[in-house]
Amino acid sequence: MKTEKQITKTPTSKKEITIAIAGNPNAGKTTLFNVLTGLRQKIANYPGVTVERKEGIWKLEGESLQLIDLPGLYSLDVTSLDEQIACDVLTGKVPNLPQPDAVIAVVDATNLERNLYLVTQILEFRIPVVVALTMMDSAEKQSLQIDAKKMSELLQVPVIPVIASQKQGIQELSSAVMKAAKTETLPHIPWLADSEYILEDDEIHLSLSDDAAANKKIFARYNFISEVYQESVKQLNTVERNVSEKIDGFLTHKFFGLIILVGILLLVFQTIFSWASLPMDLLENAFGALGDFVRTTLPEGMLNDLIVDGIIAGVGGVLVFLPQILLLFLFLSILEDTGYMARAAFLLDKLMSRFGLHGKAFLPLLSSFACAIPGIMATRTIENPKDRLATIMIAPFMSCSARLPVYSLMIATFFAGQSFFGFISVGAVLMLAMYAFGVLTAIIAAFIMKRTILKSPPPPFVMELPPYRLPNLRTVFQNMLTRAGLFLKRAGTVILAISIILWAITYFPRTANTEVLMANDANGNPPSVEEIQKANEDFRQSEQIKNSYAGRIGHVIEPVIQPLGFDWKIGVALIASFAAREVLVSTLSIIYNVGKDENEESETLISAIKDAKKEDGTPVWTPLTALTLMVFFVLAMQCMSTVAVVRRETNSWAWTLFMVGYMTILAYIAAFLTYQGGKFLGFG
Amino acid sequence: MNLAKLSIGKEAKVIKINGNSAITRRLMEMGVIPGVSIKVIKTAPFGDPIEVRVRGYSLAMRRNEAETIEVSE
Repeated sequence: MKTEKQITKTPTSKKEITIAIAGNPNAGKTTLFNVLTGLRQKIANYPGVTVERKEGIWKLEGESLQLIDLPGLYSLDVTSLDEQIACDVLTGKVPNLPQPDAVIAVVDATNLERNLYLVTQILEFRIPVVVALTMMDSAEKQSLQIDAKKMSELLQVPVIPVIASQKQGIQELSSAVMKAAKTETLPHIPWLADSEYILEDDEIHLSLSDDAAANKKIFARYNFISEVYQESVKQLNTVERNVSEKIDGFLTHKFFGLIILVGILLLVFQTIFSWASLPMDLLENAFGALGDFVRTTLPEGMLNDLIVDGIIAGVGGVLVFLPQILLLFLFLSILEDTGYMARAAFLLDKLMSRFGLHGKAFLPLLSSFACAIPGIMATRTIENPKDRLATIMIAPFMSCSARLPVYSLMIATFFAGQSFFGFISVGAVLMLAMYAFGVLTAIIAAFIMKRTILKSPPPPFVMELPPYRLPNLRTVFQNMLTRAGLFLKRAGTVILAISIILWAITYFPRTANTEVLMANDANGNPPSVEEIQKANEDFRQSEQIKNSYAGRIGHVIEPVIQPLGFDWKIGVALIASFAAREVLVSTLSIIYNVGKDENEESETLISAIKDAKKEDGTPVWTPLTALTLMVFFVLAMQCMSTVAVVRRETNSWAWTLFMVGYMTILAYIAAFLTYQGGKFLGFG
Repeated sequence: MNLAKLSIGKEAKVIKINGNSAITRRLMEMGVIPGVSIKVIKTAPFGDPIEVRVRGYSLAMRRNEAETIEVSE
């Protein structure tokens, strides 16, 4: 090997020290970052892209260091967005982010060669590196004896064994980093000089086609690493199959593997649905109580209505999803950190790739049956941006829990008690058909998008299957809380704005109070004061909706939705249910005069819907109208929270609007075909 | 012969990696370079992808990627 001349870097005058943490995925980078920064961290996106930018403050020797957590990387060769961002950070190209003074390279001791590859690349950026050697306990169990001192001499960088969860080695790491950040000597990169001399020989061919120089460098780096490895690591005795391989024998077994996968997914799915329902009810009641409290405490008037009906009801309606989101991210973190997620992708890749999706898309799509919001947030595990976008674009087709009240109301009103052949309930068949219809549309949409607008060569499925490990609970909970915080902060602002707008268009302009004249009942008794008040209130509310901007919009869009068999009242409900799908039920209740506290099983709402007449006296609703409305709800993007989250996750209004547009158009076409086709066949 | 044809449990030495440069590059960065020994561990339930062991860790790849890797036993 050649030694290079000592080159000194230009002394910097800035005060704040910036340190980047880099490492392979699963090397223990996040745990170390959390230990170093505690809760002093913030997450944002890099400008213009969806790659997460994680920064924290590291208190060290009385100084505050800026710590940047780079995305998990295998290399810096700029073939993925993560690698591009990492290169930009290391070269100081990211605005408002100084070039790091030193890099902590997190290296998994059980997987040294591939982990050291990234280290050689970082050194090529001429930035001082300190290697933090993690997973030393696992290495010991595998009878690997690692001589950190020898390795440090060969690499010419400090190599510090750390056990982050027990804070071992943190002190040594800190002083080494401080020293490295202030050093003025540039790192040695002897292997690059060697790469110039590598030639093809007969036994070992390098792929010298188009990227000859780059491939030579890869070869030279690994050659250097092999030398370091052989001199500093000893395999004491050959171990047979370790625990990880034994577990893997079951979990990726040709037959049991799939059964276990289905079992785990059912458990996750079931838990998100059932465990979350109690805290969700509590939250819903809490917001109801808060609304009542504010309603009675504040003086009556517009402000009162705005806060109660607009802000508390609107934002509260979205915040009730928080328990589902927390639980889903708890499971995602555990599945990811134990190493199972990679196995799930391994098991399902073949199946998913037939539809043009990546194996990793499976879990986000499954989660979307509970709610598309956590599902879309879960697509972050898919690295390829186009694959991730395709998954986001189809996730809302999975029938979420908010569609259930709509399906239930329609089925209870028009199909209750009916059956095929006397024992198969029509309602159950319809319900299942709606779910299946959503899935089928999603598959077709993914298939088409991956061949047109999201066309990309099939992404290489070259994926590490990391060893099974117990997850670090602190990392899991911190991850869960961070996600929840992001959901509350970013989606909350957009949701607040839309809630206020929706409230305003049903509230303005105000309709003057009118009195209703009520006849005596069948026995000749006059109506009670309460009955008169209730009738007045119901009448006022329905007049208010009819004359409000929302009501007027309902009338305006009536010609558009008439071919679907919908009148302006359903139009208003469609507009209002953009806040959340289940709002359809409460809006229909208001419009049909039955008071706000109805739910989907309420008898009066069902009879009110059945009794509603058009101006010519024919009923507004037929079983066909109900079916059409259900079909519309399967496909339409009727959920402002999802829109807000898609905007956040794609970082693009264009994709968000495209999604709303194509889903609405599809929903319209499907509803049109259902209604007109049904009429042609003589139904309705 | 190529890696996709290597039977389960067999170990072989990588000779050459053919094919499109992005995938070739990715494989090489993951440590699959000429001269390294590689072992097929298993195939996924639907026959694809496959799991191999290289440089002491497990790597999954699709069959069409494995086909670009030439090995000799």
